[in-house]
Amino acid sequence: MKYEHIGGINKGKVMLFALSTCVWCKRTKQLLNTLGVEYDYIFVDQLQSAEKQETMGELEKWNPRCSFPTLVINDDKCIVGFKEDEIRAVLG
Amino acid sequence: MIEITKENIDKLFAKLDSDTRKSSYFLNPDSDFTRELVEGLIANESRYGYQACPCRLAAGDRNEDIDIICPCDYRDADLDDFGACYCALYVSKDIAEGKTTAQPLPDRRPVKREERPQFREKKVGKGYSELSHPVWRCRVCGYLAARDEPPGVCPICKATKDRFDRFM
Ligand code: SF4
Repeated sequence: MKYEHIGGINKGKVMLFALSTCVWCKRTKQLLNTLGVEYDYIFVDQLQSAEKQETMGELEKWNPRCSFPTLVINDDKCIVGFKEDEIRAVLG
Repeated sequence: MIEITKENIDKLFAKLDSDTRKSSYFLNPDSDFTRELVEGLIANESRYGYQACPCRLAAGDRNEDIDIICPCDYRDADLDDFGACYCALYVSKDIAEGKTTAQPLPDRRPVKREERPQFREKKVGKGYSELSHPVWRCRVCGYLAARDEPPGVCPICKATKDRFDRFM
């Protein structure tokens, strides 16, 4: 799957499931950029159907609602939605 | 096919601004935020043919997505409960006046397809046989129209005819 990689400070594995049109997703990305952490992201709406299904399957494991943005940290902690304080507490 | 240009963003922004003023809804006063959402609506219109919600994943099929065509079927309940729609394109009067700001909120769209408003079993109110006209209800804003057919466009929220249910 084509996750985009953004270089930065290594705080573990940081994965962002997002939509290209969603402004809360954009704010989450901007926050990660501001914090300067290393992360990978994927715009699920831009995937072809097979890839989309596979990615949604992965997302569902973390967030059964499959809503965006969903941030998964170290294959362990999952933050759904642009929860600025929570994201800062974990990655700041 | 509509293109994502500054001109088209300006045009849709102006239309939504004027529509909301006429119908006592309010757009998010953070105009950068709102313009980004308007751009998302145009992007979705361009790829799907309708303005699917920018913050939800559309299926790309109008009937599957009809509950999340903007304004979505969930906007008014979210405005009531949280003062903003899920994307925060539409906000309460307090937020529009800058007294508070819009915060992210949970998505209330049912995960199960059969629980979504377009697929849910519809009950038609009893007593309709005594009425001179059937009554139609807009699923987006609740507007009622007693006429032979639903209006082509809801005069309150601009939802299209296919978003009306028989109410009585
Ligand atoms: S009303 Fe708000 S939440 Fe609903 S589709 Fe439009 S932008 Fe999305």
